[in-house]
Amino acid sequence: MLEIKGLEVKLQEEDKQILKGVNLSIGAGEVHAIMGPNGSGKSTTSYVLSGKDGYEVTGGSVTLDGVDVLEMEPEERAAAGLFLAFQYPVEIPGVGNMTFLRTAVNAQRKARGEDEMSAGEFLKVVREKAKALKIDADMLKRPVNVGFSGGEKKRNEILQMAMLEPKMCILDETDSGLDVDAMKLVAEGVNALRSEGRSFLVITHYQRLLDHIKPDVVHIMANGRIVKSGGPELALEVENNGYADILAEVA
Amino acid sequence: MALAKLKSDATQARLARLTMPDGLTAARKDALGRVAAMGLSHKRDEYWKYTDPMSLTQADPVPAAVFESDESPLFAGVDSVKIVFVDGVYDADASDDLSCAGVEIDRLVDVAGKDIHWATELYGTLETRGQVPVARPLAALNTAFATDGVVIRATGKAAKPISLVYLHGDDTSDVMLHCVVRVDAGADITLLETGPAAARFNSVLEVDVAEGGAFHHVRTQGRDHERRAVTHCFARIASEGRFKSFTLTANGTMTRNECIIEILGDDVVAHVAGACVGDGDDFHHDDTIFITHDGLRGESRQVFKKVLRNGAVGVFQGKILVKAGAQKTDGYQISQSLLLDDDSQFLAKPELEIYADDVICSHGSTTGAIDEDALFYMQSRGVPRKAATDLLTLAFLAEALEEIDNPALADDLYDRLDSWLARRS
Ligand SMILES: Nc1ncnc2c1ncn2[C@@H]1O[C@H](COP(=O)(O)OP(=O)(O)O)[C@@H](O)[C@H]1O
Ligand SMILES: [Mg+2]
Repeated sequence: MLEIKGLEVKLQEEDKQILKGVNLSIGAGEVHAIMGPNGSGKSTTSYVLSGKDGYEVTGGSVTLDGVDVLEMEPEERAAAGLFLAFQYPVEIPGVGNMTFLRTAVNAQRKARGEDEMSAGEFLKVVREKAKALKIDADMLKRPVNVGFSGGEKKRNEILQMAMLEPKMCILDETDSGLDVDAMKLVAEGVNALRSEGRSFLVITHYQRLLDHIKPDVVHIMANGRIVKSGGPELALEVENNGYADILAEVA
Repeated sequence: MALAKLKSDATQARLARLTMPDGLTAARKDALGRVAAMGLSHKRDEYWKYTDPMSLTQADPVPAAVFESDESPLFAGVDSVKIVFVDGVYDADASDDLSCAGVEIDRLVDVAGKDIHWATELYGTLETRGQVPVARPLAALNTAFATDGVVIRATGKAAKPISLVYLHGDDTSDVMLHCVVRVDAGADITLLETGPAAARFNSVLEVDVAEGGAFHHVRTQGRDHERRAVTHCFARIASEGRFKSFTLTANGTMTRNECIIEILGDDVVAHVAGACVGDGDDFHHDDTIFITHDGLRGESRQVFKKVLRNGAVGVFQGKILVKAGAQKTDGYQISQSLLLDDDSQFLAKPELEIYADDVICSHGSTTGAIDEDALFYMQSRGVPRKAATDLLTLAFLAEALEEIDNPALADDLYDRLDSWLARRS
């Protein structure tokens, strides 16, 4: 599904290398987790995958189902099935949450040559999915993420993901700032989307999210590289011993 | 050359082209006296620093090509009393019967013949009051030479909005219209104005709102790219009166919209708002507002939003004057521009002058570009960059449109703005 080979990235404005050769291969239907200390390049990886400005790819490649995504505009990547649940979802004053969702769903459909979703159908689907995430009608009406609590923002990200039905979902610290109940809701939302054709890359600091979303592979990222990969037990090791041992071992 | 001499030469040149119409003679002669004393506006005048008035004051208008719009007329779905002027000339065939429950409507040219007292008294009165402390010679020029217009007296709740439609059919038309509105105690009326009116348009609207009266005003100025306009709205509001005015400007080479509001009674609400969208370095738009609080607990709002691209220039000059004794005044002013590129420019001059001690007044002015984070967020959800930019632009303008009480009118304008953006790549 997603193939990242030797990805090297520097900041556009500064001479600062952030990713120093990231390799990652995620098969269809798999769930991979990336853990790692703050500043190791996890968010940067997710931004570069989704096409954010300000980064310069100096080496390597990224393909989604064999197609080079680095050449695509962010909206083209989205239409191709890539989705990023932001670590810090953006507030958009003046644009209603529902309007935004519908615009996004239909823009993707249009880009793929599919029919737009009718207003009635859209409303039905969105209500159903919002209910499962305990997102009420008021939150749907309000401007995107404006005045939302941290937990509400993260649930809203999952709602967008559920509506857009991407095939490659990247979740950047979706668990941070969530209490146990909110995390369960989010995990349930993610698990409901798990299927053979859909893959996940879950970026997290904590093992606890991985109790709910069971990964197939766990990667440790440090200083712009994936330094170790393993099974779910690797996450437990981090939980118990921190990163120090692992980093010392690979140094 | 000395400014006084420059002004008097320009004024003489302009006056030489004009003939004073019959009727309302006393008011017109008075106004002519004011014009001669003040001289026409000049870019060295304090309130014309950001906008060169030359094309508005010069003897002959700059020709403006007539714009053939493919859009249906605005507010077509609103049941109104339609009054049509083509290049300033009343079009009886295209206009509705001038009758409507709760309102008396007449043409300005009939005021003298029909001896309409209230209109004769009001004509030029609010304009005169509005000349202090800032001179507005183009308004006085209008009072002296306006060829037509309408006088409207709301005696109760008007059954329908009055809709003034200003068509433009002649490249060189140079038009002055003057409207006078009297809202009786407790009466309620909506006035709509649409269209470019002329190659060069000078319009004055005087609105006198009596106790508990309500005046709603929604205006658009036409998509003609080359048209020029200077408009003045003078309002005087008595206790518990409500005044709301909104203007949408899309295109036009030169637009100067002045609104001068005097809050004389207590518990008055006065809101004036505008949205403008301009594209190209021949777009210049200026909103100049002066609100005087001279009553208790008055609430005033100024909300102005401008979207500018490809070298367009926007100007906002807004003043709140709170007189001694106008306690508990709540004055708010915001002017914001969204610059869609580095070539465009927004100039703002907010002013507060307060002589009462128990008031809340705030003003703010911002200039910004599209929020790149929001743009990326929307793109990452599949919304193409252009569509995302348009959505963010409309969201920016929406705060001004929210000042319109009637949602159907606001929706119409929103659609126009949406189309305006959609036509641009
Ligand atoms: N736009 C940016 N400007 C400056 N520094 C940046 C920028 N983006 C990332 N960085 C730097 O790159 C490194 C990796 O950041 P990030 O990818 O956010 O790490 P993580 O998500 O693993 O905590 C950090 O040192 C961070 O400060
Ligand atoms: Mg991060």
